[in-house]
Amino acid sequence: MTATTERSVKGLLGEKLGMTQVWDADNRLVPVTVVAVGPCVVTQVRNADADGYNAVQIGYGQIDPRKVTKPLTGHFEKAGVTPRRHLAELRTSDAGEYSLGQEITAEAFEAGQKVDVVGRTKGKGFAGVMKRHGFAGVSASHGAHRNHRKPGSIGGCATPGRVFKGMRMAGRMGGVRQTTQNLQIHAVDAEKGLLLIKGAVPGPAGAVVLVRTALKGA
Amino acid sequence: MKKFDAIDAASLRSDVPDFRAGDTLNVHVKVIEGTRSRVQVFKGVVIRRHGGGVGETFTVRKVSFGVGVERTFPVHTPVIDKIEVLTRGDVRRAKLYYLRDLRGKAAKIKEKRDAVPAKKA
Repeated sequence: MTATTERSVKGLLGEKLGMTQVWDADNRLVPVTVVAVGPCVVTQVRNADADGYNAVQIGYGQIDPRKVTKPLTGHFEKAGVTPRRHLAELRTSDAGEYSLGQEITAEAFEAGQKVDVVGRTKGKGFAGVMKRHGFAGVSASHGAHRNHRKPGSIGGCATPGRVFKGMRMAGRMGGVRQTTQNLQIHAVDAEKGLLLIKGAVPGPAGAVVLVRTALKGA
Repeated sequence: MKKFDAIDAASLRSDVPDFRAGDTLNVHVKVIEGTRSRVQVFKGVVIRRHGGGVGETFTVRKVSFGVGVERTFPVHTPVIDKIEVLTRGDVRRAKLYYLRDLRGKAAKIKEKRDAVPAKKA
């Protein structure tokens, strides 16, 4: 893998609380997702000399210390922090400016900034092709017989004599990691550690999400 | 009860009068034309109140030059200057969609007689 140009990235882990709506200064309705972020702590700082790349590892969430494995307990002890439930790593050029045990809060972000939000989507269970891949299905009438939501043909006959790999079919849908890019931060409530992010973010309410500086865009 | 009720509470208006479907309202709407801002009145019958909390909306219907016009407002929108309740309607439904099929006198809603004087009699 080629090394990409490193940028300064800020990020926080948090909990998605749900969606609501607010009005902006021009009285326009803005749909927002409320995310309670941080406080996160720096658990490890990676640098190019020792690790080959610059990154900062952050921890978030309470966990019973008895449930933490010995290797992880040692990892947290090294950083001088109590064990956290979730860890995430952010590749950032300014990793050297972070120190072990440093606390990061919602103040890292400001209103109007673009962010990417990473989360795990809601699980949809075993879903058919219409829901899972957006297939059109089969006619509702005109003699269609019990095949209204079926995929239709999945390939040829004796040639190629098999179904191609990657053929889109029914199966498990959702419950996968997804990044929603270029969402705008509508407001920051640093006191309560809340971010109001315009638009939807992946996952159900109560899910852990990673909010970080947008990869693309200005 | 959500964990961010405080955010919604900040958007809620306390000056919304009590009204329901069937009531006739004067909705004073702030209109911005270029740099000027003025208030426009939309008068009509409430045909529904929909949803709850900060996202609650209501729809006002009027007949303008023979054409039915419906406008839906969020109850707590800052666009509304004020809401005046002109009359209370005597209706048996929460959603008055049947008014769309009625014209003229048939579309008229009876005014509610106050329950308090009726008891005295």
